[in-house]
Amino acid sequence: MNAHALLTRLRGQIPLLVTAVLLVSMFSVGSVQYEGFFSGQVVLNLLIDNAFLLVVAVGMTFVVLTGGIDLSVGAVVALSTMVSAWLVEQHGWPPLLVIPLVLLMGTAGGWLMGWIIHVFEIQPFIVTLAGMFLARGLCYTISVESISITDPQYTAMAQTRIPLGDLFVSPSALIALLLVAAGFVVLHYTRFGRNVYALGGSEQSALLMGLPVQRTKTGVYAISGFCSALGGVLLTFYMLSGYGLHAVGLELDAIAAVVIGGTLLTGGSGYLLGTLLGVLVLGLIQTVISFQGTLSSWWTRIVIGALLFVFIVLQRLITARRR
Amino acid sequence: MSTATTASTVKAVTRSRLFWPAAVLAVLLVANLAFTPDFFAVRLQGGHLYGSLIDILHFGAPLILVSLGMTLVIATGGIDLSVGSTVAISGALACLHISESTDPGSLATVLTAVGIALGTALVLGVVNGLLVARVGVQPIIATLILMVAGRGVAQLITDGQIITVTSDPYKMIGGGYWLTMPFAILLSALVVLATVLLTRSTALGLLLESVGGNPVASRLVGIRAMRLVALVYVFSALCAALAGLMVSSNVSAADGNNAGLWIELDAILAVVLGGTSLNGGRFSIGGTVLGALIIQTLSTTVYTIGIPPETTLVFKAFVVIAVCLIQSPAFRAKLAARAARTRRTTRPHPAAPTNREVGA
Amino acid sequence: MRQQPVLEVRGIRKEFPGVVALDGVDFRLYPGEVHALMGENGAGKSTLIKVLTGVYQSDGGEVELAGEPVRIAGPLQAQQAGISTVYQEVNLCPNLSVAENVFIGREPRRFGLIDWAAMRRRATELVRGIDLDIDVSAPLNSYSIAVQQLVAIVRAVDVSAKVLILDEPTSSLDRDEVRQLFTVMRRLRDQGVAILFVSHFLDQVYEICDRMTVLRNGRLEGEYLTSELDQVALVSRMIGAELAGLDQLGGGKRRERTARTGKAFLQADRLTRRGAVEPYDLDIRPGEVIGLAGLLGSGRTEAARLLFGADQSDGGTLRIEGAVTTLRSPRDAIARGIAFCSENRKTEGLVGELTVRENIVLALQAARGWTRPLSRTAQDAYALKWIRALDIRPGNPEALVRNLSGGNQQKVLLARWLITDPKLLILDEPTRGIDIGAKAEIQKLVANLAEDGMAVLFISAELEEVLRLSHRVGVLRDHRMVAQLDNDGELTPERVMATIASGAHQ
Repeated sequence: MNAHALLTRLRGQIPLLVTAVLLVSMFSVGSVQYEGFFSGQVVLNLLIDNAFLLVVAVGMTFVVLTGGIDLSVGAVVALSTMVSAWLVEQHGWPPLLVIPLVLLMGTAGGWLMGWIIHVFEIQPFIVTLAGMFLARGLCYTISVESISITDPQYTAMAQTRIPLGDLFVSPSALIALLLVAAGFVVLHYTRFGRNVYALGGSEQSALLMGLPVQRTKTGVYAISGFCSALGGVLLTFYMLSGYGLHAVGLELDAIAAVVIGGTLLTGGSGYLLGTLLGVLVLGLIQTVISFQGTLSSWWTRIVIGALLFVFIVLQRLITARRR
Repeated sequence: MSTATTASTVKAVTRSRLFWPAAVLAVLLVANLAFTPDFFAVRLQGGHLYGSLIDILHFGAPLILVSLGMTLVIATGGIDLSVGSTVAISGALACLHISESTDPGSLATVLTAVGIALGTALVLGVVNGLLVARVGVQPIIATLILMVAGRGVAQLITDGQIITVTSDPYKMIGGGYWLTMPFAILLSALVVLATVLLTRSTALGLLLESVGGNPVASRLVGIRAMRLVALVYVFSALCAALAGLMVSSNVSAADGNNAGLWIELDAILAVVLGGTSLNGGRFSIGGTVLGALIIQTLSTTVYTIGIPPETTLVFKAFVVIAVCLIQSPAFRAKLAARAARTRRTTRPHPAAPTNREVGA
Repeated sequence: MRQQPVLEVRGIRKEFPGVVALDGVDFRLYPGEVHALMGENGAGKSTLIKVLTGVYQSDGGEVELAGEPVRIAGPLQAQQAGISTVYQEVNLCPNLSVAENVFIGREPRRFGLIDWAAMRRRATELVRGIDLDIDVSAPLNSYSIAVQQLVAIVRAVDVSAKVLILDEPTSSLDRDEVRQLFTVMRRLRDQGVAILFVSHFLDQVYEICDRMTVLRNGRLEGEYLTSELDQVALVSRMIGAELAGLDQLGGGKRRERTARTGKAFLQADRLTRRGAVEPYDLDIRPGEVIGLAGLLGSGRTEAARLLFGADQSDGGTLRIEGAVTTLRSPRDAIARGIAFCSENRKTEGLVGELTVRENIVLALQAARGWTRPLSRTAQDAYALKWIRALDIRPGNPEALVRNLSGGNQQKVLLARWLITDPKLLILDEPTRGIDIGAKAEIQKLVANLAEDGMAVLFISAELEEVLRLSHRVGVLRDHRMVAQLDNDGELTPERVMATIASGAHQ
């Protein structure tokens, strides 16, 4: 029975292992193929360029762990950039006020969606789809055009490089990593985090065991909303503009990162570390394609789609055998 | 006519499944009159019909097609997110073939192009169908794969460019006129008609509704659900491909990036507006057509009264939530409970249990 | 008298629209006893348990815990008050570790963070405490259902050690696993835990329980010491004897027995499915009605599902019209002329949002495939013919079937299968929960169908009904077919009851 238990536990880790192997082999192949690929800065650049995606994917991981899905993240990112740019540039509000406000807005929006999902028992995808429409639409009510940001504090954040020996990272990358660490602690060392897993394992059981199902469910969507808003803030640091067409399709990338990171879409199993690896894989695909030079950018989407296919079928095989 | 029969006729009309979508559409159309007095005017010019109503039908045609396929998918309790990508791929394939052919204007070339596009869609639909029906992946996830990869494939086909084509037969599909009407309207009407015939004069509609309404019971009456479910994804892909041809033909160009962008969301919205529940079961093709026309009219209205067209999204958000709330049994139960609470002051008991034992 | 009861329920009442599920039931549970809650389907057992666990709110009566009146508002409150429940389908999270399942919601914490080491240590102590040697950090789903059940008990006892409700915990366990469970139950009993045990297995009840409370039709039938009530007496108290009144419905006299001649339409030979029904033999001839009798959960439905391909058998052979056949799906069975009316009309039978007409033609249409539709005229003809023949009300073929009463829904189901002209009709509890008039009509219909040459397998918990209709009666007990009795005119409900109770071939 112990051998069996060990096998079951290992089987749950297969997607994560596959992702880790994939990451290492992609990096090795890249290093052999292309000059200048094998460097610490390439790795750090992955983090710098994908900080906002990582932040959004952390929130998505919480939601997917409960067995839900949040399609509104890309739109909330865009709305956050738009609101930030609008308040800072056109109304002259100080960034230190605007950023908390934007974060609060995202959290409240997520909480509201979670509340509707739980109380009225509507499928998460349709509620968050409405959230997506609403957030994108609100962007355009602010402005149809892109608003660029010239505020010195934002440009400072965009240009700051934090040295690490010969290498450097951006503040955004550090924020994203801190968020991953915080998310890890919440998921593994707090009752809320364990309730998230319990909910994904069986909502019925969670209810009968007396766990706070409603609070947990609205909580994960609130976290996802917060992460999306934070992702939006990081994106304004990166792009120095607010625009309704920012982060189009980001929800797909975030879901892909979560799935490739080994989190089961049916909920209840997965790790934030996996999501980090998933984001790095997505970033590495882009890096390889840009190093390759002759391949066009759309190959990224095709490769991500192919990876999604492999991982979803893999998940299906694993869960089917478990029953 | 007595008042009693009038009342019952009114009741019968309002209880019809098509009443609410039709009413919403009518209100929207009438509201347009306030902004555009000649909104209902249709005039004949150079043998072609023109007017706002014709425009709504014309520009709404691709959405109607995509929504048709989506209706059948949703009837089985599924969802197809990949239709937007299929729209892009089909347009790209057709335009690529025409632009590379030596004789882009010939009917043979165009027919081959259409064949290639529909054939590819068939394959894509089969993949979706197998993933859902055979492998057992949740529909939203299974079709997400093609939604992600499909855009890349479309751009790969067009090489990231916008392929423009000059071909009169091809232009006919989306931009041409036939018997004074835009051909796209006639084509979509034909497909709607064919779908109604396919589902209602065969037993397909009944069996799909059964599979979506109660999968367990459907297995026990011997319905081969797997084939039916796979079939609707194929049908959905074919409808999307046809819509893709229409879109690219209308502008004589294939844009891998933007063709059919967000059309899956509009299609889902159209289906839901038309009264088909996202939980599967009963579906209404007439309702879906009305739903698609509502969305198209909304876009037209927003455009004519000068609001930035992108803000339509805000309206759509509220419509989605409102319709889903109305369809949600939990919401209705809470409304009923609230109504009951106001009637009697005693504390109500939780909703009646679903698995009640009944004495033998 | 012994000490004060830990849990006492007085005059508890629970109504659902149209049904009184519990009518003034009294119930007492003492510390350090294993108490069985017995009753047939609809007797009110699960309603009582749900009231005790706070899933339902009672409409009247009192609940006292250790002499103190309490109001149980929900599962969490029940747990806090000291009542924990372990359900048949283990209500834990399979994806979490054993230790977490024991402690979730009340994990030991240090500085506000979960102390995993302490949690593992305490969980290990707890599972060792019931002689379970498992790795508590392994996910729950890496262990068998039996172990999961024990983990659920460990959690329940650790959360609140006063009252433990076990709702059919043994249904999916094998013999050794049941023994292990009983050892744990005895140990807990000796520690002073009051255990309420619900099971359909009479032998298990007699093995483990000290006392029992019997419910019938939502009323208290009585409270007995296990040693004072033998199995035959128990079964008759569960089933009751007031059914005699129904006899007048079927026309009084038992039907003429036809000679058992001709070839069997269907023969089952040692047919079995692990965990559902032990190997059984059965043959059914055209024109013959075979009754299946037994208590709820005795394996009647499971046996029938194997004959319809609804579940696959994993042993034995099935012959249909002499040829060895494997039924892979209901579709296979339907193609061979078998029809099956499930006991769960809503979940396994009807498609609620379709009309009466559509539900009636569904099986026939499924057999024809979607490309060969029945014409609307044909559909209307079928619907109207059977609405008239079975007196389905309302008589509107376009009414939504979910709006019909239970009896009329049952008739729609029957009509659905009768238009497929089956050679074998399997009816699982066709008269349960329907009014007495409809019941008599359905019984008459079954008799007529058999006279016209149809083979019928008739499953019912009501012995009178089974005896009135059947030529032979198969008796099931604890997932085993223990006897097949010829209904020779001398077979009485009492004898069937005795067979159910004793399991003997007599």
